[in-house]
Amino acid sequence: MRYRTRTSRTAVVLAAATALAAGLLAGCAEDSDEPGGSSGGGGDGGGGKGRTTLTVGVFGAFGLQEAGLYEEYEKLNPDIDIKQNSVQRNENYWPALLTHLSSGSGLSDIQAVEVGNIAELTGTHSGKLMDLGKTQGVDKGAYLDWKWQQGTTDDGKTIALGTDIGPTGICYRKDLFKKAGLPTDREAVGKLWAGDWNKYLEAGKRFKEKAPEGTAFVDGATGVMAAVHGSGKEKFYDAEGELIYKDSAGVKAGWDLAAEFAESGLTAKLQQFQPSWDQAFSNASFATVTCPPWMLGYIKDKAGDKGEDQWDVAAAPKPSNWGGSFLTVPEAGKNKEEAAKLVAWLTAPKQQAKLFDKRASFPSAEAAYDLPEVKDAKNPYFGDAPVGQIFAKAAEGVPVQPIGPKDGIISQYLADTGMLGVDQKGTSPDKAWDKAMKTIDNALDQ
Amino acid sequence: MTDIPSDTRTAAPSTGEEGAAPRARAGAPLADPAAERRRARRSRRYRWDMKWSPYALIAPFFLFFIAFGLFPLLYTGWASLHRVELGTPTDMEWVGLRNFSRLLEDEFFWNALRNTFTIGLISTVPQLLMALGLAHLLHYRLRGSMFFRVAILTPYATSVAAATLVFVLMFSRTDHGMINWALGLVGVDAVDWQNGDWTAQIAVSSIVIWRWTGYNALIYLAAMQAIPNDLYESAALDGASRWQQFRHVTIPSLRPTILFTCVVSTIGATQLFGEPLLFSQGASPTGGSDHQFQTLGLYLYEQGWFNQHLGRSSAIAWTMFLILVLIGLLNWAISRWIRRSA
Repeated sequence: MRYRTRTSRTAVVLAAATALAAGLLAGCAEDSDEPGGSSGGGGDGGGGKGRTTLTVGVFGAFGLQEAGLYEEYEKLNPDIDIKQNSVQRNENYWPALLTHLSSGSGLSDIQAVEVGNIAELTGTHSGKLMDLGKTQGVDKGAYLDWKWQQGTTDDGKTIALGTDIGPTGICYRKDLFKKAGLPTDREAVGKLWAGDWNKYLEAGKRFKEKAPEGTAFVDGATGVMAAVHGSGKEKFYDAEGELIYKDSAGVKAGWDLAAEFAESGLTAKLQQFQPSWDQAFSNASFATVTCPPWMLGYIKDKAGDKGEDQWDVAAAPKPSNWGGSFLTVPEAGKNKEEAAKLVAWLTAPKQQAKLFDKRASFPSAEAAYDLPEVKDAKNPYFGDAPVGQIFAKAAEGVPVQPIGPKDGIISQYLADTGMLGVDQKGTSPDKAWDKAMKTIDNALDQ
Repeated sequence: MTDIPSDTRTAAPSTGEEGAAPRARAGAPLADPAAERRRARRSRRYRWDMKWSPYALIAPFFLFFIAFGLFPLLYTGWASLHRVELGTPTDMEWVGLRNFSRLLEDEFFWNALRNTFTIGLISTVPQLLMALGLAHLLHYRLRGSMFFRVAILTPYATSVAAATLVFVLMFSRTDHGMINWALGLVGVDAVDWQNGDWTAQIAVSSIVIWRWTGYNALIYLAAMQAIPNDLYESAALDGASRWQQFRHVTIPSLRPTILFTCVVSTIGATQLFGEPLLFSQGASPTGGSDHQFQTLGLYLYEQGWFNQHLGRSSAIAWTMFLILVLIGLLNWAISRWIRRSA
């Protein structure tokens, strides 16, 4: 009998230790959803009554918060608090989201998804996400059809609503163009290469003849490649969902043109979104860059006051799309209904127009293009360019490409282990192509 | 946790009184049987306390170890025998040793292994030699030695991310890079550090050397201070120079320490990850456009988190683990051999 008391005591100690460990574990695994720290306070956490805290998981500077949309929604719905969890890079955000989805824990009420990952989501994880197509206030007709389709599964379940898209133009420096004897007016510049990427190359060669010392025509070959890839009928997958990256005409065309840019010495040999690229904006080391609407803000940030009124934006040779995102609501969330309502509101044309006005994220809702925030938008930094009209026109010309689950990985390897070597190391295009194909095959388990 | 102190508090003093006292009061008449039984119970309690309480006290560590050490290890081993993707970890397909056997013909794996080895070599060897030299200098009586000892440890205290960022700027391709600028002063052309096979590896190694030299120097210094001064005095009496003292007194005394730092550095080099990841612009897991500085750690990360092949990356993890076990055995053999020959 005595022994047992002793044993049970030991057991209590062990149990206490285990409980502590378990408590710590739980603390690590799950973000607290209690609204304790948020403004307003008082009331219970996320139940049916009282205040509800909705969490939104995003990557990078997503813009919803910065544009004041959360604040506005909170004002309209006094019992809602919105909290944002942001991860800087999508490369880190996406794998974490995948693991959270498969375990059903650690999820925010709303999760953002980048366009490069959307096909993987609709293909393999649609069961874990809510059908937003039937949410009240969502109007299918307001969206660009291809954007709506990207967030919809084969059996018609719309798991993701589009936020922005990235129809591209070409941003160019008027001062460098002038010195090189090229036109500077945005209409004339657009005509210089209208309809054909090869004319863009020709313009580059003309630029190089009289270009100021130390300047290049484009930032890097990988940017050119991505732009051409975005403008073709097919990229890495065909309409049946088969992988065709090895012999797709669109992929090859982009590769060849970008390689010619590199070999003709028209590039500044830069990798995009790196410190040296940022530096080059402020040093005016290159004259043109493929330019989705969100790039305008980026250029303004990096080129600073020195670049004021030097940059302008013209139409791209062929419209293509670069970037864009979606919002989804995981089934495992605690406040699904409220979250769906918020998503519907955030992606409605009116809010998308506001986002464009504040953050230059271009609306995926076609209905927003006639709203004054878009139609009359002018960008003073870019010589009062009518950016709303330029990009709306580009958006209508964006081809409807089949996208597949591994689009993001393929395009990154094609750039990082392929074209980058041609541009920076001077590897022959054939050799670099083989290398990139090997890396992609290995990554896709082909 | 709060149970433990109170437990020992109630148990220990009472037995301290009762357990030790009876012998002092040996002559006293025996108490009634009830008191006798109580005493026996208490002493038994005391024995149990002595026997089991330590286990309770060390239990948290082992529970944590099982949860965060052993379980992941076993799970990784289990996953390495399956075809399983990061996005759908519950969806496992048994493939046996396929993930391991395919590594044999995986040129990216061999490339990563080779890079890990060469980067490890060109970082560990100079690093330990420099650490030894620095420790020797710090061992002399010198003014402000405390300052130097702290200063030498600051690189180790710097985060990898911050250090690597600075090194990336220093090794920048253009003439703006500090290293290329310095080379330019002596008339050497700018080097494209990141894109050359060897230059990239040297650059990554330099980050490792910078971070860990001071750390190893302090370990050596601590061991040096344990060497009896008599040895140096008698060596000096015999007319040994400082260099001879270093070679014939310091080095032999440091042998076990040197071996230890070698093992720790080798393990560190095998798992090298942060520096090469951040050295590539954009933190891409490929280790440069030619995989020229992709280490095993990076390849594991690329396979698991980027390509989402959990099974294949688990196989790489286990292969790395086995390599380290081999190195451990080798170390054990060498240390035995040294002890025997000494």
